[in-house]
This record gives sequence, C-alpha cells and structure tokens, in this order.
Amino acid sequence: MIEVLHPGIYCSIQDQGRFGYAKMGIPQAGYMDTYAAKMANALLKNHERAALIEITFGQGKFKFTSDTYICITGGDFSPKINEKLIKMQSVYPIKKDSVLSFGKRVYGARVYLSVYGGIQTERIYSSRSYFKGITQQKLVKGDMLPILPIQENTENSFSRVRVSEKHFRTMYLPCIKGPEFSRLNKEQQRRLFSPFRVSDHNNRVGYRLKECLENNLPSILTSAVMPGTVQLTPSGKCIILLQDCQVTGGYPRILQLSDIAMARVSQKISGDKIQFRLKHL
Amino acid sequence: MKFQLTYKLFGRSAILIEWPAKIQEDIILDIVAFENKILKKSGVTDTIVAYHSLLIKYAVPIADYVNTILELQELYASTKLLKKQAHQLWQIPVCYDVSFGIDLEEIACKKKCSVAEIIRLHTEGDYLVYFIGFQPGFLYLGGLHQNLHVPRKSNPRVRVDKGSVGIGGAQTGIYPQNSSGGWNIIGKSPLNFFNMEASNPCFAKPGDRIQFVSVDLHTFHQIEKEVANQKFRIKNSEL
Repeated sequence: MIEVLHPGIYCSIQDQGRFGYAKMGIPQAGYMDTYAAKMANALLKNHERAALIEITFGQGKFKFTSDTYICITGGDFSPKINEKLIKMQSVYPIKKDSVLSFGKRVYGARVYLSVYGGIQTERIYSSRSYFKGITQQKLVKGDMLPILPIQENTENSFSRVRVSEKHFRTMYLPCIKGPEFSRLNKEQQRRLFSPFRVSDHNNRVGYRLKECLENNLPSILTSAVMPGTVQLTPSGKCIILLQDCQVTGGYPRILQLSDIAMARVSQKISGDKIQFRLKHL
Repeated sequence: MKFQLTYKLFGRSAILIEWPAKIQEDIILDIVAFENKILKKSGVTDTIVAYHSLLIKYAVPIADYVNTILELQELYASTKLLKKQAHQLWQIPVCYDVSFGIDLEEIACKKKCSVAEIIRLHTEGDYLVYFIGFQPGFLYLGGLHQNLHVPRKSNPRVRVDKGSVGIGGAQTGIYPQNSSGGWNIIGKSPLNFFNMEASNPCFAKPGDRIQFVSVDLHTFHQIEKEVANQKFRIKNSEL
C-alpha cells in the first residue's frame, strides 16, 4: 500500500483516461503529461496505461507500507526518499516504511509517481482516473492505495534516461486548425500565432491565457470539444481545454493541440510564455 | 431525409460531421441514425452528438483522412432513408413543491401568472432529448413553452441539489449531480439521471422524449426510497 501522509494541493490517480463514455457526458480525464507518465511506466516495465499518481507542484508526502520499486518523472520538485535526494527518471527499490517527499521546484508543474505494477485502485468505467462524480475528486490524507507485491525474481535491471529539456523549456505548441479557425480574420490569425502568457486560471480542466484576441465571433451552437481544443471566449480570451474538460462547448474552436503540445502545456505555470505553431497536414 | 453534411478533420484522430446549424428534430434523428451506423465500424472509440454535429473519435491517428471522409460519405449515402431508430418516451416524476421549486414564485410574479400555471405549462407537452453534455447525465432538452423562457440568474448559486429541475433561457433540464448553477429552479425529481450502479448509467438517449409528471411531496419521498432500493422502474413507452 501507499499511504497518503499529506495530499498537497492536488494529487490524483491517473491512467490513460476513459474512452467510450463521452456520449454520456463523461470526460476523458487521464494523465496530463502523457510523455512523462508513459516514460515513468516504461522505465518500471509497467504497461503504458498503468495508473500512477499525478502530483501538482510537488506538494505531497507518501509512505510505502511494503517493499516496491518507484520512478519519478515530469516536473522536478527535488524528490526525496527518507529526506535523501533521489534522481528523476530513475528506478529506485523502496523499503517498507520509506517516505517520499519533495522540495524545491527546479522545473515543471506536474510530477508523476509510478510504482511497480501500477496503482491498483478500483476501475470505474474502464479507468482508474479520478474525476469528481465518477471517483473521488483527489487524494486526501489517510488514503491507502493498493499496489502489487514485488516478484521475488524482479531484478533491479532498470534503465535510466535523460529527460528531453525541450519538453519543459520550449514555448512552442504544435497544433492544427480547429473547426472554426476559418472564421478568424487576418489580424486575429496574426495575433493567435504571437506569444501568450498562461494566466492564474490553469488546472486539469483547462488553461486560460492572459492576453486577448479582438473577438467579434458569435458563439456557436453547442458542439463537441475534446482535450487540446482551443476555444475563443466572447471576452477574447483563449482557453486551452485539457484532460478534465466537458464533452461539449459553445465557444468557437479555433485550434486543436497535438498530443505533445498538450503534454508540454501541462508542465507550464502561471506567467509562462507559450506560442501556437500551425503544423500542416 | 438527406442533409448536406460537411466533414472536417478535428485534431489528428477525429472527424467532425456537421449538419445545417439549426435545432431541429429531423436533424437530431438523422444524426443519431448515422451515429448508430458508424458505431458498427471498428476503430471508433467515442462519438459525441450535439444539436447539429457528430464527432467521431478514432483509437489511432487517421492515416488517410481524405479516404476516411470518403468512406463516411458513402456510408451516409448508402441508404435512401436511414433506418428509423426505436425511441422511448420517459415519464419523469417531478415535485413542484415550493420547498424544492425555490424560484417558482419569482417566475410566476415575473410572468404575471400563478405557480399552478407555470407547472401546467411545464408538464403540458413533452421534450426532445437532443444530447448529453455539460455534466455526466445532463440532458439537453428542446421544447420549452415560450411563456416559460426565463433568463439565467445573474448570480449563479454555489450549490444546486442533484435532481433539481431548472429553466435557463429557452432551455429546461435536470441537474444530475449537486453542483453550482445559474438556472431558475422550479422543482426536483427523485430519479437518478446518472446512475453509477447501472450498467447503462443514463437511461435516456438522444432522440428520446421526456414528459414531466407532477407528483406531491409524499409521492416524491416514496419514489426517492424506491430509487434508493433500486425498486423504482421509470415508466416508458416506445414512440
């Protein structure tokens, strides 16, 4: 088991998310930084869809009540085992009663804690991803998360990789045109591909951007949206919808981010610069 | 009926199909019929129906989207008339007691009529289920009587109870979960609109119809108990 000693500001269990339930209004959810989450699972030789803990801003403290292996990826918040710094993107054998905590932020916004075999909480609608109303909303103090016992023949022959610095440093977000892109005029399009800053309103539902686009577009008849859709609101602010977004919306959908762009933006914090880059098909 | 459809690539692994931008019964029924044909094809992970659109999400990025769109166009054109789907009429008990319908008196005052008249108009006809969105199990309904159109509250409530029946502009609907909300609340239904215990969590589907049936407080509590014990069966008939 993993015991949650301190839940931080927002920690949740996430796997690849829910598919096949959007028609009932159930959002996809799932890990925000797919690049980091899949890497954590790969290093542990887990299934790429194994559930892990997504830790916002490295705030959280966890105790392991049995021996296991762990791997930390995503944002670097100086992870420590029993107060001793450990490396990111490396597999560590963990002894029973060890405590994982974090310290100073080096880069990023979301940390992934992957354990041997993946977190074994209940699957609801074919996923373990937390979403309010389907599962509990977030981890709370005292939660006990089931994990698999380690196999006796598990060899500590895990590899270690160097993280792509570009993933955390770059401001460029590759995207393609959204269904209503063509309604933008030349000036709006020019502004759309200039830099923006991330506002304070950023979470798993979406990232609102600070700067405005002059907007005279009418709302659209409510229609499908998905993670990665960039909406233009009547006030001229852009919202990048992310994993916990609703399945439908009424604002013009001007861009659609690529998977890697969604992973990159999920590691940005308030004030960070981003810039959309159109990729041709 | 055949409509002029547009097909757009939406992201790398989804196609958005759009019908004329209108809220119309024949459009939603055509969308649902086409959706059912598409769902028989493999590789589709999700479909999202809305008033005039259908999103088809595929498991993997679309390698050849021109060809994928051509195939969809052929599928749409392949029958003269899409097979009529079986749709249900669901009878939804609602208690319009003012202890639940906290905005009833204010609406009656604005509309210069009695509370009883508001209830009569709300239960008079039936409502078409266009699609499910906003929250798990939230039904977008069409057919609200013009005299019942009331603007949303300028200050949304922090908490609206699960089951609350509301009016927001020209729309009416039921909150499937406790949530914040800006609609005017006129009553409460004891039913679950998103039932995690059931294999199919939402009983109503796009194209179905809903009729609100006024029940008193006593009946409300009785049904509430039966729902909790999984003994309540929602009255329905095929359309």
